[in-house]
Amino acid sequence: MSDLEVFRKETRAWLDANCPKEMRDGAAGEEFICWGGRNWKFRSEAQKTWLDRMASKGWTVPAWPKDYGGGGLAKEEVKILKDEMRKMKMRSPLESFGIWMLGPALLQYGTHEQKSKFLPPIARGEVRWCQGYSEPNAGSDLASLQTKCEDKGDHWLVNGQKIWTSYADESDWIFALVRTDAKASKHDGISFLLLDMTTPGVATKPIRLISGKSPFCETFFDNVKVPKEHGAGINAIVGTINRGWDVAKYLLTHEREMIGGGGGGLMVGRGIGEVAAEQIGRDDKGRLADPLLRAKVAQAEVDGWAFLLTMERLKDEAKAGQGMGAKSSMLKYYGTEFNKRRYELFMDAAGSGGLEWEGKPSEDGKLAKGWLRTKANSIEGGTSEVQLNIISKRILGLPDA
Amino acid sequence: MPLILTEEQEMLQESARGFLEEKAPVSALRKLRDERSEEGFSRALWKEMAEMGWAGVLVDEAHGGSGFGFVGAGVLAEEMGRTLTASPFLSTSILAATALGKFASEAAKTEYLPKIARANIVMALAVDEGRKHGPATIAMRAEKSGNGFKLSGSKTFVADGHVADRIIVAARTAGSPGEEAGISLFLVDAKAKGVARERTMMVDSRNAARVNFDNVAVTGEDVIGEIDNGCMALEGVLSAGRAGLAAELSGSTQRAFEMTTTYLKERTQFGKVIGSFQALQHRAAHLYCEIELVKSVTLKALQDLDAAFGMASVTCALAKAKAGEVAKLASQEAVQMHGGIGMTDEYDIGLYMKRIRVAQEMFGDAAYHTDRIARLRGY
Ligand SMILES: Cc1cc2nc3c(=O)[nH]c(=O)nc-3n(C[C@H](O)[C@H](O)[C@H](O)COP(=O)(O)OP(=O)(O)OC[C@H]3O[C@@H](n4cnc5c(N)ncnc54)[C@H](O)[C@@H]3O)c2cc1C
Repeated sequence: MSDLEVFRKETRAWLDANCPKEMRDGAAGEEFICWGGRNWKFRSEAQKTWLDRMASKGWTVPAWPKDYGGGGLAKEEVKILKDEMRKMKMRSPLESFGIWMLGPALLQYGTHEQKSKFLPPIARGEVRWCQGYSEPNAGSDLASLQTKCEDKGDHWLVNGQKIWTSYADESDWIFALVRTDAKASKHDGISFLLLDMTTPGVATKPIRLISGKSPFCETFFDNVKVPKEHGAGINAIVGTINRGWDVAKYLLTHEREMIGGGGGGLMVGRGIGEVAAEQIGRDDKGRLADPLLRAKVAQAEVDGWAFLLTMERLKDEAKAGQGMGAKSSMLKYYGTEFNKRRYELFMDAAGSGGLEWEGKPSEDGKLAKGWLRTKANSIEGGTSEVQLNIISKRILGLPDA
Repeated sequence: MPLILTEEQEMLQESARGFLEEKAPVSALRKLRDERSEEGFSRALWKEMAEMGWAGVLVDEAHGGSGFGFVGAGVLAEEMGRTLTASPFLSTSILAATALGKFASEAAKTEYLPKIARANIVMALAVDEGRKHGPATIAMRAEKSGNGFKLSGSKTFVADGHVADRIIVAARTAGSPGEEAGISLFLVDAKAKGVARERTMMVDSRNAARVNFDNVAVTGEDVIGEIDNGCMALEGVLSAGRAGLAAELSGSTQRAFEMTTTYLKERTQFGKVIGSFQALQHRAAHLYCEIELVKSVTLKALQDLDAAFGMASVTCALAKAKAGEVAKLASQEAVQMHGGIGMTDEYDIGLYMKRIRVAQEMFGDAAYHTDRIARLRGY
């Protein structure tokens, strides 16, 4: 048996022995996610057990180094772990902005002290992070952000406002882009700052979405004093002062890979066509009775499948430990546009049943809310248009207007 | 298996690109067209390809081939797609080599496979009878006659059928049009009594043939695969052809796209290069993504053919569907973004549009394969 086969066998056995049966229903929706954090209320004892056991192996973040709470696994091993978890329909033990975004950025740009302080609590689900990038006047043009960060000797003084900060009201810490040099050109005066959300002067105000929920907030900084060090030798700023844009961009490629990957759910579980055929009926040859919808669904499945294979190929192409750079914009663009298309088709298939907003049959408008939520996919993390700009410029080498 | 080329396959790709750019660039196709070449390809070039192991890419070493496998064949097809190289590669080295290598008797393998590998024979596959691909609709009959069969009917869109020495023909030994069962495959001498061929010059300056069979006698030894159950073998051969065409389409698409982005950086209007206009940038960027998808599905189909030949039919359909659709989009965008010059015969981009149109139609267009996928997925 090859080393990888041995690893697969042992992994399967460990997972099987340690994953509570309640965590083996393949559930992946928003309400099933374990986000962790100081104020996290576990939905069940099983959810906590599962998190603790996986964290003890470092498998909440299998690719991170062991020293920082990870599993220290090689790329192929991570693939096997995910594969086995999927086969046994196991829920993910923990998801968070710390895992998706801050972690990779710290691993790349953080000091040993920063990594030692911040990464293990992320891996164990003890500290929940949010992302303070966007501002009312800095969306796609993120580098025009204005949140002021002044050097006051032993601390930074932060004043300004962020917006669309997902889960700010439930998070413990924030990684924020702030302007540390007002005179420099717009990309050159930005720093990447870490601060505790309980620091005096930080306030959040939830914003309601068209899907009814309010997972994001306005975040206000009113004379917030952030110590220069979060403990001895632990700098509050990641990377070089005024070079935060490099960190910000690197983090965005990870965020985009992650958001783009969200469309990958297509081929797992029941496909749109099968669901649609059940809802609308079949003709005498067993085909979905609405031929135009059938054609659209089939085309979408072809594209979805091709997209999944592309994610696989890009992961195989990327060198171990490295991201995929500008190609993440492709995944972000195609994956999110695809996910929107998929939900439009689910809505087409569901007809008036999909329009019910409350009540048992619709599980309180589950589909309608899901459909509306997907509309944000092509906005959050940089809009589709911005991704196309990046592809044009970075990959195709087309010049600026 | 990782979805990337191995080092060996990458080397093959590199050497193929170098060779084709030098020996068989687009201008070679132009020349064949303008000279109204009888055969539609260069025998000398085909021989050279054989010397490099290309003609026998799917022939095992025991039969004199190079045995690079389907990924290797796809790599070559993709490179030929880039240069629009005309050769009997698809008809002989992919289709016939698969039919014989996977489904024929040892005697037939010993007779034909070494000839294929040495480029001493051209073979063609005759399936379609109507305008659109659909093996199940085959009506051509093969009536039992003594120890053998008599074939009657007609075939169309037989690639390289005008020059083939042997033609692999799908005909009905049972059942009726619309049924998958009842089809058998026969290896027919193109010069046999009762075979009449009409060369059909296609829009892409390549050649196919309409072939008429009038009581053509074949023996039981000429059967490839199982009698009445040839649909299995046919599906296998077609899958190989579809993956090969997808790879070729991928190559043509990539080249047309490169020509287009190069042009976007050169052509100036309104005092700026046209590639700085966002309306064009976004279309190009979208196309880039679609082409990445094509590369993935094509490689997957080829890998599946190598790893589990009998199970590859679905991913081959997926590859053909996606590659065909994106190739059409790419060629249309290419002409549009070139403006007037894209419409001229002198400029190469039109040749890509023409070849793409043919290759995407052959052995099932995107609609055909998308419908199949829907059926396979139960709706
Ligand atoms: C659900 C959700 C969660 C989010 N979570 C977070 C979070 O946690 N943290 C955070 O910091 N931010 C978050 N965001 C904010 C998100 O990153 C921004 O909304 C996004 O970057 C777009 O900025 P904007 O809303 O200001 O739109 P604008 O930039 O004003 O864009 C408006 C329109 O103009 C287009 N446009 C803008 N510039 C160009 C251009 N150069 N070329 C072509 N078209 C252009 C856009 O594509 C868009 O269609 C979230 C957003 C959503 C919807």
